[in-house]
Amino acid sequence: MNVTLQVWRQKGPGSPGAFKTYQVDAISAEMSFLEMLDVLNERLVNQGEDPVAFDHDCREGICGSCGVMINGRAHGPQPGTATCQLHMRRFPDGSTIVVEPWRAAGFPLVKDLVVDRSAFDRIIEAGGYISVDTGSAPDANLIPVPKTVADTAFDAAACIGCGACVAACPNGAASLFTAAKIGHLNLLPQGHAERWSRTERMVGVMEHYFGSCTNHGECEKACPKEISIDFIAMMNADFLRAKLANRRLAAQYR
Amino acid sequence: MTGLEAKIPEGPLENKWESHKFSVRLVNPANKRKLRVIIVGTGLAGASAAASLGELGYQVDVFTFHDTPRRAHSIAAQGGINAAKNYHNDGDSVRRLFYDTIKGGDYRSREANVYRLAEVSLNIIDQATAQGVPFAREYGGLLDNRSFGGAQVARTFYARGQTGQQLLLGAYQALMRQVKTRTVRLHTRVEMLDLVVKDGRAIGIVTRDLVKGEIARHSAHAVVLATGGYANVFFLSTNAKASNTTAIWRAHRRGAALANPCFTQIHPTCIPASDEFQSKLTLMSESLRNDGRIWVPKNPGDDRPPEQIPEIDRDYYLERRYPAFGNLVARDIASRAAKRVVDAGLGVGPLKNGVYLDFADATTRLGRRTIEERYDNLFEMYNRITDEDPYLVPMRIYPAPHYTMGGLWVDYNLMTTIPGLYAIGEANFSDHGANRLGASALMQGLADGYFVLPYTIGDYLAGLLNEPPVPTDDPAFGPVEDEVGDRVRGYLATGGSRTVDWFHRELGKIMLDHCGMSRSAQGLEKALSDIPALYEEFKTDLRVLGTGEELNQALERAGRVDDFFELAMLMCVDAREREESCGGHFREEYQTEDGEALRDDVGFAHVSAWEWTGDAARPEVQNEDLVFENVALTTRSYK
Repeated sequence: MNVTLQVWRQKGPGSPGAFKTYQVDAISAEMSFLEMLDVLNERLVNQGEDPVAFDHDCREGICGSCGVMINGRAHGPQPGTATCQLHMRRFPDGSTIVVEPWRAAGFPLVKDLVVDRSAFDRIIEAGGYISVDTGSAPDANLIPVPKTVADTAFDAAACIGCGACVAACPNGAASLFTAAKIGHLNLLPQGHAERWSRTERMVGVMEHYFGSCTNHGECEKACPKEISIDFIAMMNADFLRAKLANRRLAAQYR
Repeated sequence: MTGLEAKIPEGPLENKWESHKFSVRLVNPANKRKLRVIIVGTGLAGASAAASLGELGYQVDVFTFHDTPRRAHSIAAQGGINAAKNYHNDGDSVRRLFYDTIKGGDYRSREANVYRLAEVSLNIIDQATAQGVPFAREYGGLLDNRSFGGAQVARTFYARGQTGQQLLLGAYQALMRQVKTRTVRLHTRVEMLDLVVKDGRAIGIVTRDLVKGEIARHSAHAVVLATGGYANVFFLSTNAKASNTTAIWRAHRRGAALANPCFTQIHPTCIPASDEFQSKLTLMSESLRNDGRIWVPKNPGDDRPPEQIPEIDRDYYLERRYPAFGNLVARDIASRAAKRVVDAGLGVGPLKNGVYLDFADATTRLGRRTIEERYDNLFEMYNRITDEDPYLVPMRIYPAPHYTMGGLWVDYNLMTTIPGLYAIGEANFSDHGANRLGASALMQGLADGYFVLPYTIGDYLAGLLNEPPVPTDDPAFGPVEDEVGDRVRGYLATGGSRTVDWFHRELGKIMLDHCGMSRSAQGLEKALSDIPALYEEFKTDLRVLGTGEELNQALERAGRVDDFFELAMLMCVDAREREESCGGHFREEYQTEDGEALRDDVGFAHVSAWEWTGDAARPEVQNEDLVFENVALTTRSYK
């Protein structure tokens, strides 16, 4: 099949960027989207032109490295699918495909389709963990966790940190990412000791880097792991309670 | 070459680790603050080590070439993690996990290391659970287990099909907690390109910032490599695209011995390549073999769709050849059997490069709902990649390179032959022998990082009290930095006509053909003449555009492929010298009449530790004899 690509090219954060049109002919419908970009890059190098920079690694939809806007949609047209798992058979032969980097103030551009998502690490280091030093854990079966709780915590923990939720949000908010980690840890009994401090700290850092959530729900639609915005509601509820809990004597709060 | 001293503690197997922990020197908390450790890599081993050493109070610098530590390829492990908890009262024990791992590795690993691994497996599950890793649970709220890869006990803990992801996120979060407390400094998008050695000790590394291109020096009291395996030498593998050998290869060139490089694992259940542009292969969890039946048509050229091929025209070759284990035989055996039928022209699919994995019988027996509960996420993934629905048509699978048991030689303390340089996780050779059992990679990575290295590294560091790290303006750093710079500029200046990927793909083909699932002296000799020829072309005809002062992904890959070339030669030499078949290493000359592996315990019950001589095709070897005092060497039989 043949496709026409309009790819955002930009040398670096300080240089101007522009769309460039590339005709990519004679590709197989069985290829993944990133394999199609590999082919484009091989051809560009053979013509003496700089290849397109894009982040990618596992190509199994789990590492969260990849992710571009494809025809205006984060990770492209197939629901629940990261860019690396999207295949060319999803596009009609002869189509024109617009490829852009994640667009969000919280993700500064690095080059071409590569952005800097390190603000996500800042959110995690603010409290996205359970404080347990190596060696201090009790036997794993001392803490029973109801299966439904464990399953729901897992649904949140499935987040791959790709940033599609931010890119899809009209406000550039990172609420789904943050809520997924807060939900995962706050639901589990192991995470209860730090529930209120975690929530307040992570939300604080999130708001420093990203926009505010106004319940558009675009994040849920774009999420390759289909994480529910219910977790945002849970985060907001916990945030409210944290505001109270953290200001009283924490030990006395039920 | 210095002698190989494995430093295995004296005493009975069960007491070795306990008594060793007592005998190692400790560092008091005030001194820990003055000791610096560099850790390269943030997968399970690297992240868990960095977090644990940070908690202890050491100053840790951790490096990853990814944009965040959470991307490391441990994240892609699907199936599970073994631990001898015996929560299911089915007869498991530390001793049994030890025995299964030694036997599964075809008696090519060290008893003492493997026993320690089985011991600390218990702590790993406790630690991960306390961190909030959402392992699968039963309705009573306790942890669930499954049996895996033919084990006779249910000892595998799992988190849906994403166990590696959840364990890595647990270690990553523990690491980020230390980054916040500033015991750990995190360097992202920075790649280690060489090791600095002074007076025989590892004192630092030279790195390249992948965004700005800046080459920098870093010094420390000890350096830990947690940089994973090298299966991407085959180009097509289940590894992530960036996984590479550079860190361990550069360490090897600086004097670290590399052990058993030819021990590579080919995973039997991957999705076959669909075209020549295939960039990587996707693994489907081995757990599928619990219910799927593997078959091919009996007659070559049988082009009927699978559902129209009657039972009488199907060959369930694993069930036929191995009645006791059937579809659950060990990975190496299942892989070779698939290669055999495909080579005989019985392959299925458009490119005739796969075998069927059929769930029709299981669906009839268990009902579609049970199959959905067990495998839905895997079926969905298969469907997304192939556009075929495994509920309706059998999956097509074929083996692919997946894991490398070989790696840097380490002693019982996980120290390489260079004092002060440690290797943990897949980067070392230590625990899996010639074949790794399913659900054991996660176990080993976390064992090394959480529970072994934090003890053993203290013993070395205790000898360096009151010595500041060698300053980075020391003359030892200069030549290494220059070499790195020359290498980077060299790729840009070659100005040839072929892309890096072209060379990588060609190298991969040679390696798959001659040093893959099946090897022969003749094939290895051919590889050893083809690889240098291709390598010469690489040096003169490579084309890398752009500059070294910017994000330049082709330039990054050029360095990695360069090192793969030299490693490939060592793998072929090692495979040629090992004149026996064991585990993942199958030499055609050494097989029984019915085509099974023929091990030679008299000639080859040893570790081959190779030393760099300056000529990639002529390395020097030193053997570490493996002593088995607690298990009897038997022939693996799955019949």
